[in-house]
This record gives sequence, C-alpha cells and structure tokens, in this order.
Amino acid sequence: MRVCIVGCGAVGSLFAAHLAQLEDVEVWAYDLAREHVDAINRDGLRLSGAGEVVGRLQATSDAAELPPCDFGIVATKAMHTSTAVEATAHAFAEGCVATVQNGLGNEEAIANHVDRVIRGTTFPAGKLLGPGHVQWDVRGDTTFGPFDPKPAAAEEIERLAEACTRAGMPTKAVADARGPQWRKVIFNAATNPIGALTGLTHGRVCDDPALRRLVSSLVDEGKAVASAQGIELDADPEELIDHAAKPEVAYDHKASMLQDVEARRPTEIDYLNGGIVRFGDGHGVPTPLNRAIWALVKGLERSWPS
Amino acid sequence: MRVCVVGAGAIGSLFAAHLATVVDVLVLTRRAAHARALNEVGLRVSGRHDFTARVTAASDPSELPDLELAILATKTVDLEEVAQSLGGRFPGATVMTVQNGLGAEAVVRRHGDWQLVSAVTFMSGTKHSDTHVEYILDTPTWLGPYGDTPFERVQKIGQLLVDSGLKAEVLPDLLPAQWSKLIFNATVNGVSALTGLPHDGHFAAEGDVSDLGHLVHELVDEGKRVAAAAGVELHDDPWEMNVLATKRGSAHYPSMLEDVEARRPTEVELINGALVREAERGGVEAPLHTALYRLVKAREASYL
Repeated sequence: MRVCIVGCGAVGSLFAAHLAQLEDVEVWAYDLAREHVDAINRDGLRLSGAGEVVGRLQATSDAAELPPCDFGIVATKAMHTSTAVEATAHAFAEGCVATVQNGLGNEEAIANHVDRVIRGTTFPAGKLLGPGHVQWDVRGDTTFGPFDPKPAAAEEIERLAEACTRAGMPTKAVADARGPQWRKVIFNAATNPIGALTGLTHGRVCDDPALRRLVSSLVDEGKAVASAQGIELDADPEELIDHAAKPEVAYDHKASMLQDVEARRPTEIDYLNGGIVRFGDGHGVPTPLNRAIWALVKGLERSWPS
Repeated sequence: MRVCVVGAGAIGSLFAAHLATVVDVLVLTRRAAHARALNEVGLRVSGRHDFTARVTAASDPSELPDLELAILATKTVDLEEVAQSLGGRFPGATVMTVQNGLGAEAVVRRHGDWQLVSAVTFMSGTKHSDTHVEYILDTPTWLGPYGDTPFERVQKIGQLLVDSGLKAEVLPDLLPAQWSKLIFNATVNGVSALTGLPHDGHFAAEGDVSDLGHLVHELVDEGKRVAAAAGVELHDDPWEMNVLATKRGSAHYPSMLEDVEARRPTEVELINGALVREAERGGVEAPLHTALYRLVKAREASYL
C-alpha cells in the first residue's frame, strides 16, 4: 500500500518514519519546507528521543509529483488543512484521507476535497530539531474512525490502523472516534491558551487554585458541547490535566500555543476554543468563557506587526 | 497658594507642570535624583501643550512646607506607604486622590483627617524622562467631595485645574464617575495587558464572531450589573467611553500593558480585583471579570 503524509512536521514525521519501516508500505511525504524535504530524500527521516528510528521515504514540495495513494495522513497545523489537501487531493482520488491534527474542523476541511475521510486523534508528540531530524518527546496512542457524512469504509480504517500499529505507532480503529478527539480538544482548549496568555508552564497553571478553577470551567463548557452532540468522552479531560501537571510528566512543559506566541506564529485557537464555540452555537450550548479566551488569543495575534 | 503633587509619573507630572503656571508647586518624588533633576531643569510638557514649568521638588516629606492642597498621584500600589509618610503634616490642607480603582480615599483617611476630594482622571501622557512628559489625551479630570468636604472647596480646585490649562468637571457625587472608570479600566486594562494591544479600534470591533469588541462589550455589561447591585447609577456608559477613546487617532497604551511589558507589578488587584470583590459582595455572577482578573494575576506571577 502507498501512504502519503501531508505536512511532515513533528507529528507527521512520527508517522512517516515509522510507516517507512514496513516492507509492504511505500511512504511519501508532502511538505513545503524545501530543506527538510531535501534532507529526507538525501539522508532519510530520523527520529530520536523516545526511540531511534530512521525512515527511508520519498519527500516532495511539489504536489504534482505525488503518485496515486491508498491513504493520506494529514498532519499540518489546522489552519493549513484546506490549502494542503486541495493541493494534494488528486493523489487521493481512489484513496481515503485521515487526519491526526489538533482541533475541530479538520475533517470537514478535508471532506471538501476528498470523498472518504477518517477522523483521527493522536497523542504522541515531538518537535522538529532541524532538516530531516525530529525529536520524539512522547509516546502515545492514536484512534481512527469514520467521518460522517463522508466516511471511509471500516475495512480501510482497520487496514491503516493495523499498518500504523505494526510500524510502532499503536493505533485503534473504532466506530466513533469523536470521544478521544473531544477529550484532546477539551484538554488543549482548557490549558494551551491559559499558558499562552499568562506565560506559565502547565504545572504552574495547575498550581494556582483560582486559575485551575478557570481551567475546569473551560473543561465544563467543552463537556457540555460534547454531550449535546451525544459524544461520550473516552476519559475525563480533568484526569489528563492533573496527570500532565506531575513533575515527572509535563510540569515544566510550555504549551505549544505558548511557544507559538513567543515565536509570534499564528496559533490553532480557531480550531480549539473557536471550534468549541462554533459547535456550541450549533447545538444551543453557551460557551462564554471559551468565547472570551478565543477573543483574547485572537487579540494577542493581532497585536503583532504583520 | 501652594500645591504639592505627590508622585511624578505621567499623571502627576501633567498636574504639576500645568498647576505651576498659576500657583507655587512642590513635587514630592520617590527618588532623590528625580527631585534634583526637576529642581535643575524644570518640567517640560510636549504634545497637546508645549512649555517648561519651574517646580520645587523634594524626595523627603519632612522637607515639605505647609500647603493648601496635596494631589496624590502615586500608583495605587504605593498609596498606603505614601499616605503614611504624610501623616501629621499640613493639617489644614485638602488632599485629592486620583488613583485608579476604588477605595483610595479610605486608605488616605487612615493616616490623617484632611478634607478629602475624590478624583478620577481621563487625561493621559507618556513620560519620556524624569523632566519631560508628553500630554497625549486632554480628556477631563472629574472631582467631587469625599465625606463632609464642602462642595465649594471642590469647585475651587476644579477652577484651579481649569485655570492651569487642564480640563476638569466638578460633580456633587463622584461615585458614579468612579464606577464608570472602574468598569472601563478593568475591561480595557485587563484585555490590553493580556493581548498586548494598545487601546485601539480592536476594542470596539464587533464584526467577526471572534472580534475583541464582543468580549469588551460583555465585560462592560457584566460590570454594569455589578454597579447596579452596588446601587450605583453610572455617570457615563463605559462602552461609549471605550468606543470614543478608540476613535481618537493615536492609540493609548494602558498602564497595565506598560507594567506587564516592563515586568512590573500592575494595579490589577485594585482595579480588576476591586470589581470582582464588589461582585461577590453584591451577590452578582461575574465570570468574565473573574477570568480576566485571574489571568492578569497569573501573568504577573510568571515574571514577578
């Protein structure tokens, strides 16, 4: 089978390098960073940290070079989904496309260009160290499921999940993948922007009881929106928040949104708190605090010289 | 007539320089070098007005002679210490507070039985050096009696400010104006400190769903409910104050934004904290102001 990773940043690289270990999988990567693409083609794609992996694959910045693929795995930042999938959609005319991105709205954006879509959520994380080299920080599970109203077939989803698992990225295929997706979105929306607005690490946000209550209020709004859609969370986001605050887990971790803000990069706020607000509006669930946080982070982005 | 301005930040400097054109002005500074510089070169005003005033400055309260009016223009965080240092001095004087937030008069009252005048000021300036302040917004200062201070005394001070070239409005009861400014300040300062935006058109924008104006409007509405619960009828609508201020052309940098950028303690406790505590006292829900207050406190904690 042939798989193309669309957006070969940290998370995309974890999938690309692992899948490239399999004899029966041909891996392509589409990414706009030329140096990164050149390094991958020259030296392979290297992961270090939680495991040492070198994957041999074909990378390109030119979507026209992509051959027809059975699967796409989209791993761009959420604001680039539409552009990236529009550019590569021809490669998936007969295939189906999964997302392993953060936030809400990626499946919808993919479905505008592709017929069969796989909803996905992934917990492993890393960061790009340099061209062709990714630091693998955290191991974790991935969940795939069909996206309505343009679902991939159950056997396709299982085939991709099986390949990922066999390659070293444990992945489950389920009938409804919204539970883990919303658990992660609620977790991210309740913690990431608080770090970004205050400059505090995850652990310090949780140490301040008043701030921790604000986090819980954001979680509660997200849970209400999930529940109004009949989504059952696979676990309580509060557990994830408390777990991450432990010194040995992620106490000193600066949320990715705080890193974005410090580097003055656009954040994924539209797809996190903004997504919760949109789905809340669609189901008549008020989300005043998520709306406030969304506006504050948008304001922060607008304070940067363009 | 002799007037002492205590605290020579932007607001104190603007009061001192203007008043010095009509009366004798003493300036009490925190730093001795600041007082020396003022004594040597005077105090320059640029921007809306352009002149240099002669003032007498000191950094030691015991050097102050007797005087008729003291204007306390220190930051709220320094008020307690300053009021204490003035305890027992110039017993016949009137003391005017211009601090942000609520409760400055009560702090001063604990240290002396001067006649007190409450004031809030909407003028703004930027201090370019110890001896140079730029006069940016020439919006008025509102003043009113506190406790049993006779109204005529307040009128005289209002007239003095006007004679000196500043704008002033005298009100029989300042509380409605103080609350208007409290709600305005808690909203604008808090949002500005967190977003890094100066007070500009973003604060009044309500087009797109994620535009900041929606949040500002909701914060103002929440603040109005707190004022209503406290039995205060507002002098000005804080939303209209916000819209008006963003239309003035040059964007104003709220002091809380400047404090956060310079990694200094902010006035969050006495502005946003005061509003949140008033909400609790009045039994009104204020989730947005509570969130804003917690976020600014946390932002402070990240660098203090």
